[in-house]
Amino acid sequence: MRKEPLLNMALLIALLAFPLWAWVADEPFLITLTTRAIIFAIAGVGLNFALGFGGLVSFGHAAFFGLGGYVMGVLAFHAQTYTPVLDWPFVINGTKSMPIVWMVAIVLSGALAVAIGALSLRTSGVYFIMITLAFAQMLYYFTISWSTYGGEDGLSIYVRNDFPGLNTMDPIQYYAICYVLLLIVLGLVYAISKSAFGLALGASRQNEDRIQAVGQGPFGLYLTAFAISGAITGLAGVLHADLNRFVSPTMFSWHTSGEIMIFVILGGVGRVFGPVAGAVLFIVLEHTLGGLSEFWHIYLGAMLLGVVLFARGGLIGLIAGREVAHD
Amino acid sequence: MSLLLFIEQTLNGLQFGVMLFLMAAGLTLVFGVMGLINLAHGSLYMVGAFAAAAVAAATGSFLLALVASFVCAAFAGILIEFFIIRRLYDRDHLDQVLATFALILIFSEGTRWVFGSFPLFLDTPEWLSGTVMLPFGIEYSLYRLAIILVGLIVAAGLFWMIARTRVGIRIRAGENDREMIAVLGVNISLLYTFVFALGAALAGLAGALIGAIQSVQVGMGEPVLILAFVVVVIGGIGSISGAFVGAILVGLTDTLGRTMLPVFFGLFLEPSAATSLGASLSSMSIYLLMIGVLLFRPKGLFGGA
Repeated sequence: MRKEPLLNMALLIALLAFPLWAWVADEPFLITLTTRAIIFAIAGVGLNFALGFGGLVSFGHAAFFGLGGYVMGVLAFHAQTYTPVLDWPFVINGTKSMPIVWMVAIVLSGALAVAIGALSLRTSGVYFIMITLAFAQMLYYFTISWSTYGGEDGLSIYVRNDFPGLNTMDPIQYYAICYVLLLIVLGLVYAISKSAFGLALGASRQNEDRIQAVGQGPFGLYLTAFAISGAITGLAGVLHADLNRFVSPTMFSWHTSGEIMIFVILGGVGRVFGPVAGAVLFIVLEHTLGGLSEFWHIYLGAMLLGVVLFARGGLIGLIAGREVAHD
Repeated sequence: MSLLLFIEQTLNGLQFGVMLFLMAAGLTLVFGVMGLINLAHGSLYMVGAFAAAAVAAATGSFLLALVASFVCAAFAGILIEFFIIRRLYDRDHLDQVLATFALILIFSEGTRWVFGSFPLFLDTPEWLSGTVMLPFGIEYSLYRLAIILVGLIVAAGLFWMIARTRVGIRIRAGENDREMIAVLGVNISLLYTFVFALGAALAGLAGALIGAIQSVQVGMGEPVLILAFVVVVIGGIGSISGAFVGAILVGLTDTLGRTMLPVFFGLFLEPSAATSLGASLSSMSIYLLMIGVLLFRPKGLFGGA
C-alpha cells in the first residue's frame, strides 16, 4: 500500500523534471514526445474511469478522442477561413481560443457518451464491447465520407489555438498546459472515486444486485460514469489535435481505441495513476523499440500478451507488488 | 435506377453477405462454445489470403490456393489456440480482447516482415473469369456467382454438421453446458481446438475468395472483422442461423445502401448534396441497422430469450 503513492509521486515528478531537462538541453523533440505521453495519459484516465472503476469494457473510446479532435479541427478551420460553422438558425463562428474549444469538446463528448451509453448499456458483456466498437467505427466511416472537412485526408490547422498569456507554439509552454490539465483530471477522478457516487459505482461493478437492493439503479451510475469518461477522453482528443495541428479519421479508428486500452492495461486497471504509467511506458517503448526495428509492433504485441497472461496488475501492480487495485 | 442494376447489386450484396457469414460463423461458434471474443479472427482471414496468393504464385493453380488457404488458416488457428487462446477461456472478456488485440499486432507486423508492405495479387482463374448470362438477360460476373455458390454450399455443410453429426452434437452440448459434457467423457480441449480451427479455416477460405477480387494486403482482415462483429451482434451471439441471417442482412444493406441512397436523396436534393449525404449515410447504414435491431432485441435476432 505504502509503495504505490510514492510511485505515483515519483511518476509526476519525473514527468515534470524530464521535459524541463529537455528544455534546458534544447531538445524540443523530447518535449513533444512527453507531451504526447501526457495526452495519451489523459485519454487513458478517461477510459479507466469507465473500465477500471465502472467495469464497462468500452472498445470504442476512439469515438470521444476523435470527436474532441474534430471539435478543435472544425472550429479552428472556420476561424482560419473566416467562415461561420453554422449560419442558420443562429450564427456560430469558429474560434481559436483553447478554453472555449475545451469546453465545447467536453460538453459534446459527454453528450455523445450519454447517447452511445444509453444505447450500449442496454446490453452487457461481449455485446457491450462490440457495440461500443461499432459506434466508433460508424463515426470513423462517417468522417471518411464527410468531404467538407477533408474526408479521408483529414484537416490541417496552420497554428495552434491560443491560450491567454502563453505562446502555445513553444513546446514547453504547451507541455505546461497539458501537464496542468492532467493534474486537474487526475485530481477530479481521484475525488470522484472517493465520493458517494464513486463508491456506489465501484459497488455496482462488484455486485449489481446488491446495489439495486439498496435503491441505486446501476444504469444511472454506469451512464454517468460513461459520460464523465467520454468527456475526459474528448479533452485528450482536443489536446492531441492541437499538438499535431492535424485531425484525421485515424483518430476514430479502432486502433486508437485499442491503444487507449493498452495504456490502461499496461499501467494497471482501476488505479488512478495506472494509465499515466501505461502511456509513459507506451511512448518509451515506441521510441526505443521503434528505433531498433521497423516492426516494433511485434514486440509491443508480445509484451502486451505477456502482461495480460502473467502480470495482471500492470506496471504499477508489478512494482508496487499488489495485483488488485482496491476491492 | 434500372431494375437490372438493382438485381445486380442485390447479387453483389448476397455475395458480400455469404462471405461475411464465413467470417461470422467462426466468431459466433468460438464465442458460443468457448465464451471467447476473438479479435484475431481477421488475422486468420489475412493468413488465408496470403497463403492462397503465395501458393497460386508458386503453382498457378487456383484450387490448390484455396486448399492452402483453408489448411494454413486452420493450422495457424490450431497453433494460437494451443499456445495462447486456451489460457484465455476462463479469463474475463477484457483480457481476451487485449490478448487477441496483441495477436493482431503480431500477425500483421509478422506478415509485413515476411511479405513486405506491397499488396500481393491473386488472380481469378481463367475458367471463372468473364460473365455469365442469367435468366431475364442479366449479365453477371461468373466469379462472384461462384463465390455465392461456394458460400451457400459451405453454409449448408456447416448447418448439416452442427445438426446431424456427432461433432455437431458435441458442439451444441458444449454451448449449453461445458462442465457436463466434460464429465460425460468428451475430450473438451480437443473439441475446443477443433471448433477454433474450423472457424479459422472458414475465415481463411473467405480471405482467399475475397483476395481474388480485392488485393491481398496486411490489415485486410480488420474492416471485415468489424463487419463480422456487427453481423454476430445482429444475429445473436452463439447462433449460427443468426449469423447467416445477420450476414445476408448486412451484406444487402451495405451494398444496396451505397447505390440506392444517393439516388434516393437525388429525388429531392441537388446532385452534389445528394451524393455526399448519400455516401455519408450509406457508410453508416449497417451500424444504424444494428442499433435498430438492438433497440428492439438487445440480445440480437436469434439470441436467447
